[in-house]
Amino acid sequence: MLGFGIALEPLNLALVIFGCALGLFIGAMPGLGSVNGVAILLPMTFLVPPTGAIIFLAAIYYGAMYGGAISSIMLGIPGASTAVATTFDGRPLALAGKADQALITAAGASFIGGTVSVVLFTLFAPPLAEVALAFGSAEEFALMMLAFATFIGLGGDDIPKTLFSICIGLVLSAVGLDIISGEPRLIFGGLPGFFHGINFLVLAIGIYGIGEMLWTIESSSDGVKVSQASFGVGRIVLHLKGLKNTLKTTLMGSLLGYFVGILPAAGATPGSIMAYGMAKTMSKDPDSFGKGNIEGVAAPESANNAASTGSMLPMLTLGIPGSPTTAILLGGMVIWGLEPGPMLFVEHQDFVWALIASLYVANLAAMLINLAFIPAFIAILRTPFTILAPIIFVLCLVGGYAPTQSLHDIWLMLIFGVVGYLMRKLDYPLAPAVLAIVLGPLAETSMRQALIMSDGSLMIFFERPISGTIMGIAIVLFVLPAAKIYRSSIARKNN
Amino acid sequence: MSIVSKKLRNMVIPVAVAVASTLTFSTSAVAEWSPKKPIDFVIMAGKGGGADKMARLMQSVIEKHGLSSKPFVPINKPGGSGAEALLHLKSKKGDNHTVMVTLNSFYTTPLRQPGLGVDISTFTPVGRMAEDTFLLWVNVDSGIENIDQFVAAAKAAGSDWLMAGTGKGQEDQLLTTFLNKAYGLQIKYVPFKGGGRVAKELAGNHCNSTVNNPSEQLGFYEAGKTRPIASFTPNRLPLFPDAPTFRELGKDYVYFMQRSVVGAPGMSDEAAAYYRDVFARVYATDEWQAYMTKKSLMGGFLTGAKLKSYWAREKAIHEVILKDIGEI
Repeated sequence: MLGFGIALEPLNLALVIFGCALGLFIGAMPGLGSVNGVAILLPMTFLVPPTGAIIFLAAIYYGAMYGGAISSIMLGIPGASTAVATTFDGRPLALAGKADQALITAAGASFIGGTVSVVLFTLFAPPLAEVALAFGSAEEFALMMLAFATFIGLGGDDIPKTLFSICIGLVLSAVGLDIISGEPRLIFGGLPGFFHGINFLVLAIGIYGIGEMLWTIESSSDGVKVSQASFGVGRIVLHLKGLKNTLKTTLMGSLLGYFVGILPAAGATPGSIMAYGMAKTMSKDPDSFGKGNIEGVAAPESANNAASTGSMLPMLTLGIPGSPTTAILLGGMVIWGLEPGPMLFVEHQDFVWALIASLYVANLAAMLINLAFIPAFIAILRTPFTILAPIIFVLCLVGGYAPTQSLHDIWLMLIFGVVGYLMRKLDYPLAPAVLAIVLGPLAETSMRQALIMSDGSLMIFFERPISGTIMGIAIVLFVLPAAKIYRSSIARKNN
Repeated sequence: MSIVSKKLRNMVIPVAVAVASTLTFSTSAVAEWSPKKPIDFVIMAGKGGGADKMARLMQSVIEKHGLSSKPFVPINKPGGSGAEALLHLKSKKGDNHTVMVTLNSFYTTPLRQPGLGVDISTFTPVGRMAEDTFLLWVNVDSGIENIDQFVAAAKAAGSDWLMAGTGKGQEDQLLTTFLNKAYGLQIKYVPFKGGGRVAKELAGNHCNSTVNNPSEQLGFYEAGKTRPIASFTPNRLPLFPDAPTFRELGKDYVYFMQRSVVGAPGMSDEAAAYYRDVFARVYATDEWQAYMTKKSLMGGFLTGAKLKSYWAREKAIHEVILKDIGEI
């Protein structure tokens, strides 16, 4: 309660609202992303007291999570890896003229995800920190396998093409520094630009942004396609009421996202993908996913917001950032003289509770601001493609340049744009490649660490109770699609 | 404990202020150079790591006290254990608006990868801001309280004894190799990304020991989860008075991590003087001094020829160590 007192102080409240609005904008711009937003604004926080400063940065982080859905839905370009899964159904909905429904559901699901996770955080922070501590390299690898298993099922009917797409992503993710030996690898004869590896955003913006644009130009060479999107207050209420249809999916996504989020190093991306996969698996109508099923927006959006709150837990209790953005927040706390770690909850209670209370407030503020801006976003869709395309192109260039500030990455992004266009033309799913580049390094690192520990024995993944259980589930999920195909081919024969 | 650290601080500040004021004087005497555009503040490591945190602290201190007329813009170049950052700086020859935060990979990476063609003696010295210290840590659950028990337990475990550390061929592995040689052990080294992650591996009992910096292990130490066994410093650290130094234990081994700022090669003398002045002032601020005390950092401000000869000495030491462990 003390926390709410601090969070609702006029200055802090103003910071939350300003932070959310700023975060929303940062998140909605493809490529800016919360990491850069928080990093750029960190020095500004010296103008306010430490508690206000962290509240401000947390609000930006939070707002950006809401904002990420906007470019995923409106432009089909995921602005952050956490919003990739939102494009699967969000984009088809927007193209079908239901952008308002997708945006409102995204905002509502985000709100529920955020709220569920903050409540869990409030009630169970210390015991959950122990869970995070129990996760070692073997468990982490098992979790990554689970994520990969989920999206084998996502690729649609053509499993070989999905696997191929995953492999492209994995190979690209191996470029750069070998995490274990420290040696550069696959750097194309030592081009300096490849030393830092291939950034997720360079691939995602290339494939989705540039590739999609090329695709649109080809498919609408004669005329300009304008989406029919209407909007009114009545529809907001209607769609908010519609949220209860997706409530089960949303709650499931929230819980899943939160638990994946509290594990160090995992972050919100695997959580949102797993939530999407789970929603599809448990749906009565799995075939409608990827073609504009509203549950396909609700699941990843609730999960990524829940995970972003979740990733604050290892940051505050263990001093380990669960995501790149929390890594910057962590740096900020050190600068303000707050030492994250097990003692923070004992020595700086007022700060911790003020932060948690501000998350409740930020959650509400971000949703309201988001809803207020929806008409403006809808207007974007009515803009003719000939005007929109150059703007998107510039946004793509900025987005590709921002993460590493290197021109090399812009060229790379343009190449990926052409590759993405060709993949679309040949009907290869794009998402598995993009997700593999995010999860690949995490999986590789944890696998190699675990194997060093076990002297190369794979049993380490199955002997440990937590890791063994997760691996078991992952294997079942891997086998499931194969079994389905086998069954249907038997059925065809019998017919 | 606090009295000792206060003493240390009281000693350091007057020296620093003296250094800063002389520098200010000499700068204004040379020429009134000031940056024409925002300064690229390259960080030789990824976001969220020790070097990154320190760089952002410097940036914040500069902003807060208005020490520079143009902002310092941090850019992370973590690739190839700093190879990417070193190549970047090398390519900025003659540039007056690029400075970089370095650590010990400043010596080890060019030694391990001669193909990069990086000669650190060509870089412009700006300032050594601190030297970070190392200790040997175990989880309290292990029951180990001193080096004898540590050696006995590690001997018994053989190559099943796991040491978590940050990156291959870097500081933590050099120290692990030292322990193996000095005590006849077969500790196995497992690299992780970032010192914070390494500290967590120990607290979660996923490894048997670490050689973390104090700042990385402090939280778990205060929570009673981990324990320092001995320090790689010349004297006991004020924060951990019960942990003896390896020197006391009969193994004369001291190892530091430098936290320095370096400018592009061929930077103009006026610009170099400007940055030396900025960072000497940063060093003298209360924020920086408080940070040094709290994180158990050591080392005074070094610049100019002194910093160059410090680098030459450290590089020679690292060459010997790397040859010793067969990395080069």
